[in-house]
Amino acid sequence: MATKAGASDFRTYLDERFPRLSGRLPEGFVNSANVVFVGWRRLGYFKYLLAGVLMWYIPELLERDWMPLLQGNFGITVLFNVGYYILLTLGLSVVVGLAGLLDLGYIAFFMLGSYTVALMTQSGSPDQFHIVEWTPWASIPFAVIVAMLAGFALGVPTLRLRGDYLAIVTLGFHEIVRQAANNLEITNGSRGIAGIPHPTVGDFDFGLDPTTYWRYLCIPAIILAVIMIRHLDSSRVGRYWAAIREDEVAAAAMGVPVTKMKVFAFVIGASTSGIAGWIFSVKSGYIAPNSFPLLESILVLSAVVLGGLGSIAGAVLGAILVEGLPSVIQDASPSGAVLGFNIETGRIAVFGLALIIVMIYRPGGLLAAKRRRTELSEAGAADAVVVDESAEAIKARDADLYDEEKKG
Amino acid sequence: MNCDLGLLGPTFVTGIILGFLYALIALGYTMVYGVLKLINFAHDAIFMVGAVAAFYVFGEWLGISGSRTGLTLLVMLLAMLLVAGAAAAVSAALLERTAYRPLRRRNAARLSYLISAIGASFFITYLFQQDFLLGPGQRNFPSILAAGSDAFGFTLLDSRINNPEILVVVGALVCFLFLDRLINQTATGRSIRALSEDPVASQLMGINIDRVIVTTFVIGGFFGGVAGAMYGLLFGNVVWNMGFIPGIKAFTAAVLGGIGNIRGAMLGALLLGLVENMSVVCLDAEWKNVVAFTLLPLVLIFRPTGILGERIGG
Repeated sequence: MATKAGASDFRTYLDERFPRLSGRLPEGFVNSANVVFVGWRRLGYFKYLLAGVLMWYIPELLERDWMPLLQGNFGITVLFNVGYYILLTLGLSVVVGLAGLLDLGYIAFFMLGSYTVALMTQSGSPDQFHIVEWTPWASIPFAVIVAMLAGFALGVPTLRLRGDYLAIVTLGFHEIVRQAANNLEITNGSRGIAGIPHPTVGDFDFGLDPTTYWRYLCIPAIILAVIMIRHLDSSRVGRYWAAIREDEVAAAAMGVPVTKMKVFAFVIGASTSGIAGWIFSVKSGYIAPNSFPLLESILVLSAVVLGGLGSIAGAVLGAILVEGLPSVIQDASPSGAVLGFNIETGRIAVFGLALIIVMIYRPGGLLAAKRRRTELSEAGAADAVVVDESAEAIKARDADLYDEEKKG
Repeated sequence: MNCDLGLLGPTFVTGIILGFLYALIALGYTMVYGVLKLINFAHDAIFMVGAVAAFYVFGEWLGISGSRTGLTLLVMLLAMLLVAGAAAAVSAALLERTAYRPLRRRNAARLSYLISAIGASFFITYLFQQDFLLGPGQRNFPSILAAGSDAFGFTLLDSRINNPEILVVVGALVCFLFLDRLINQTATGRSIRALSEDPVASQLMGINIDRVIVTTFVIGGFFGGVAGAMYGLLFGNVVWNMGFIPGIKAFTAAVLGGIGNIRGAMLGALLLGLVENMSVVCLDAEWKNVVAFTLLPLVLIFRPTGILGERIGG
C-alpha cells in the first residue's frame, strides 16, 4: 500500500531524499521532527483529510497582515489558479513522469474539458449551439469522459511511435484542437463562449468568489487525484510504467503490455485535466480559443519537470513556481517588468532556460521522485542517444561509479 | 464541400514555393536527426535567429530599405543570406555546446534531450520577444528585392512570380545540391554518415564525434538561417514567433520524406507544401494548418519511416 512504502524514520528518509541536507541537520532536530514524521505516516487515509483541512485554511492565512504580497482577493485568485494548475501538473506528471511519454499538447485535453462544459450548459447568446442544457454539475462526468476519450483517441494510433515523434504529434494535436475551436460555428469561433453558468447548490451560488471554488472544488479534486495517482504508482500499473520508461524493449520482452499501458497513462493524465477544465470554465464563465495557447502546454510541462518528474510534491511545487510566483512578482512590480523581462512573456524564457539547467544538473527536478531520481541521473541510460566514448565522458562516468562505490 | 477548381493553379505554385522554403528548414531537422537520432526542437528558434540577424544588420544597422538592382542587389543579397546563415550557424553551435553536449557526456536518457531542446526553443524565442531585443510586434524586413506587378517577374498558372519567389526556389535548389555533394562526396560528409550509421564504431575508427556533431549543427543551422532570410524577403517582415509554424511543418516534411534522409526532406517538403496549400481548393484557408498537422500522424501510422526511408545520404 502506498502509505507503507518508503523509509520508516525521518533520518532514513532524509538520507534517501536529501543526502546533503541530512548531514547538516542536528540530531536533536531530526529526532523531534521524527515524531511528526512517524505520526504522519501512521495517519493512513486520515492524512488526506488533514491535508484537506490545512488547505481549507489557506485563504484565511492569506488575509493576515504578514502576507503582504498575497493579500485579499488577489492572493486567493492566485491560490485558485495554482489549484487548477496543480490538477494539470498532476495529470501531466503521470504521462511524462511515470510513463516517460513527452506530451507537448496537454492543454488540448484541458480545452476539450472546458468546451464540453460550455456546450452542455446554458451558456452564450440565445442562438449559441448546445448539445444539452444541463446544470454545470451534470456536465462534470462528461468533461472528464471527453478528455479521457480524446486521450484514448490520440493515444491509440500515436503511442506506438518513438518518443520524439509523439512529442511533435501532440504539439500538432493541440494546434488542431485550437484551430478547430477557432473555426467551427458550434464553438462560436474566436469570439469564444461567454456566460457559462456558475454552479449552484440550492440557493447558494458559487458566483465569482475564488475562495468557494478553491474550498469546494479544487481541494477535493486535488486530493482525489493524489490518491488515484499514488495508488496507481504503487500498483502493478506503476511498475509497468517504470519498466516502460526505463527500457521499453526489455519491458516488452518481459511481457509488459507496452502500448496498452502507455494509452492508459494518457487517459489517466487526461482525466485530471478534464476536471481542471470544468473548474476553470465554471469559475471564469468565459472561454475562447485564445485562453488555451500552446505555450500553456509548455508551461505545464516546465512545472512538471522543474518540480520533479513523477513526484506529487514536485507537481505541486511546480504549479506554485510556474503559475503562482510570476503572478505575485507581476503584482509587486508596477512596470510589469523585471530586468527588462516582461513578466507575462519573459517567464517563458526563464522557464525555458530553467528546463535546460534542470536537465543538465538535476534531471529529477527540485523534488525528485525517489525511483525517478536514481534512473535519470544514472550514468549510461539504456536509451542513451549517442554512446559517448570520448576520454572526457569515460572519466565522468568513472567518477560517478567511484562516488557510488564510496556511498555503498 | 464545394471545390473551386480555379484555385488549382495558384495554390500549386504557392505550394511549390513554400515547399522549397520548408525544405531548407527541414534539412536542419533531418541532419541532426541523422547523427543524434533526436529532434532538435530548437531549430525553429535558430531559423528565427537567422532572419532577425539579417534584419538587424541590414535593416537597423545599415538602414537599408527599398529595392536595389544589378550588381548591388546581387552582392547585398549574398551578404544578407550569409549573415543570416552565419548567425544561425553560430547559435546552433552554441546550442549544441550548452544544451546537448553536457547531456551527451552523461549519456542521459532521451527524454532529457527532448526536454532540454524544448527549453532551448522557448528560451530563445521568448528572449527575442522581449523589448530589449525584437519586441512583441512585427518588424519590417529590408526588402531589397522588388516585388509587385510592376517589378520583374512573370505569370505562371494564374499567379504572379516575382524576385523573392524566384530566389526561394533557386536558393533552395543550390543549397540542396551543395549539401548533397557535401554529404556524399567529402570527408566531412563521410564522417557524418559514419556517425549516423554506428556511433561507437565510428569513434573507434578515429572520428572525433564532438566535432562531427557540431559540424552537423552548424550546417543545419546555416541552411535554417538562409531560410530565415528568404522568409523575411518573401513576406517582408520578421517577428519573434515566425519560426513556430514553419518549424512544425518542416519537421513534418522531414518525417514525411524519411527523417535523417536529405533527399527525403526535399521531397517531403514539396509534398507537404502542395498538400497544405492545395487543400484551399476544397476547404477554407483557416484549415490549412490543420491539414498539415493531421498529415503527420497519418504518415507516421501508415509509413513510419517516411517515403524514402531513414538513411542519411543518397
